[in-house]
Amino acid sequence: MADTRVTPHEILLPVRAGFIAATLLGALLLNLLPWSGVWLSIKPDFVALVLLCWCVEQPRKVGFVSAWLLGLVMDVADGALFGQHALSYSVLAYAGIVLHRRVLMFSGTPQVLHVVVLLLMNDLIVITVRVLAGADFPGFQYFIGSIVASALWLPLGVLLKLPQRPQPDPDRV
Amino acid sequence: MEHQPPPFFRTGPTPLARLLIFSALSLAFLVSDVRFNYLDSLRQVAAIVVYPLQRIAAAPASIVRRIGDFFVTHGSLREENARLTQENFDNAALLLRLKALQAENAQLRDLLAARERLGTKLIAAEVLYVARDPFSRKVMIDKGSQGDIRAGQVAVDNRGVVGQVTRVYPWLSEVTLVTDKDQFVPVQNLRNGLRSILSGTGSDGTLELRFVPSNADFEPGDELVTSGIDGVYPPGLPVARVTSVERAANQIFARVTGVPLGGVANHAHLLITGGSRDLPPRPSADEPKSPRPKKSRKG
Repeated sequence: MADTRVTPHEILLPVRAGFIAATLLGALLLNLLPWSGVWLSIKPDFVALVLLCWCVEQPRKVGFVSAWLLGLVMDVADGALFGQHALSYSVLAYAGIVLHRRVLMFSGTPQVLHVVVLLLMNDLIVITVRVLAGADFPGFQYFIGSIVASALWLPLGVLLKLPQRPQPDPDRV
Repeated sequence: MEHQPPPFFRTGPTPLARLLIFSALSLAFLVSDVRFNYLDSLRQVAAIVVYPLQRIAAAPASIVRRIGDFFVTHGSLREENARLTQENFDNAALLLRLKALQAENAQLRDLLAARERLGTKLIAAEVLYVARDPFSRKVMIDKGSQGDIRAGQVAVDNRGVVGQVTRVYPWLSEVTLVTDKDQFVPVQNLRNGLRSILSGTGSDGTLELRFVPSNADFEPGDELVTSGIDGVYPPGLPVARVTSVERAANQIFARVTGVPLGGVANHAHLLITGGSRDLPPRPSADEPKSPRPKKSRKG
């Protein structure tokens, strides 16, 4: 029974550092788009999502330094407390790196269930920090973004792996 | 050296150790940001790094808006033109009176040797995006310290006060909207001159007057304008309209809520004005204390 869950891992080309940087930058740009109204309330945190994806897929290449720096950038861009996203992204990176074997063991919905827990934990850290600093609890709709983000997890996984797929050699059948 | 693992297996500190290092660093940043503002220069550096990204990200929306502007229909233009002409007529009459009043006011002030009350310098700025921080109400505007904007200045639109510049970067500034929970505006009731302090509630479109005595004369429909006694907000700018006044017998304070008059939720152009004026120096805190011991000796 257990064997059916384990998917055979594809053999992929090594990922290029430039591609990782480009995807993280793209996620940052998506976060910085002028979202407003309903879209703002359901907007997933793209940076957290892409960061977690890379931490799970490439724990040796993406880690704490990039997570922490991206967190600081997000704090400045959002006008939030300096360090709140840095903290939550660091913990997210830790969870991704420590759990990466476990998450990759699963595929499909069970994998998404792992991801949604990690992203909600990311939100919870931000909320805890802000409530301790004197803000009001923003309501449960704050977590909608993470649920939307986890729905994007599987398509994103496919997208991020595309450039590493070995090209079929036209000379061979 | 012989017992060291080969470089391939060497991975540096364990993830837990790294987590502790980075968490401690983040917490230090957080505490310093909440309590001490030590890291403002670092924040400025980070802001300069983010600035191109912010502009790039804001570009598609402004392009879409400009395309939308291009395809305005003839009808709506004519309608707008008619409305503006009418408004212009209405305003012209007011403006003539205003000029006379201004001249008269200037003469009176000369007589009183009073200072100039309101700087007329206005800087137009565009809202780039709404800061995605659900705990506060802030917008980013496209002018910063290079555009002669200073922290503490007031952001208004054509209908009233929208917020206050709270953080200034070289080419961007953060405007905290009046609906932010920690934003306070000193106001007075236009009807009877009653002063109070207006604060946001953290939810869009609701403002609150805190600590208003339950017998205070506030009625639904009252217009609240800035009182100007703080030396930061220019006096007389419309801020809010009172929507409800609840007086409960068992409460000391009345619950007065209102709606902002400025377009707080609009993506629009803002005018940045005001800022701290040259007020006479505050009396030093020591002065009133000195008579007290004398009195106690007498008694």
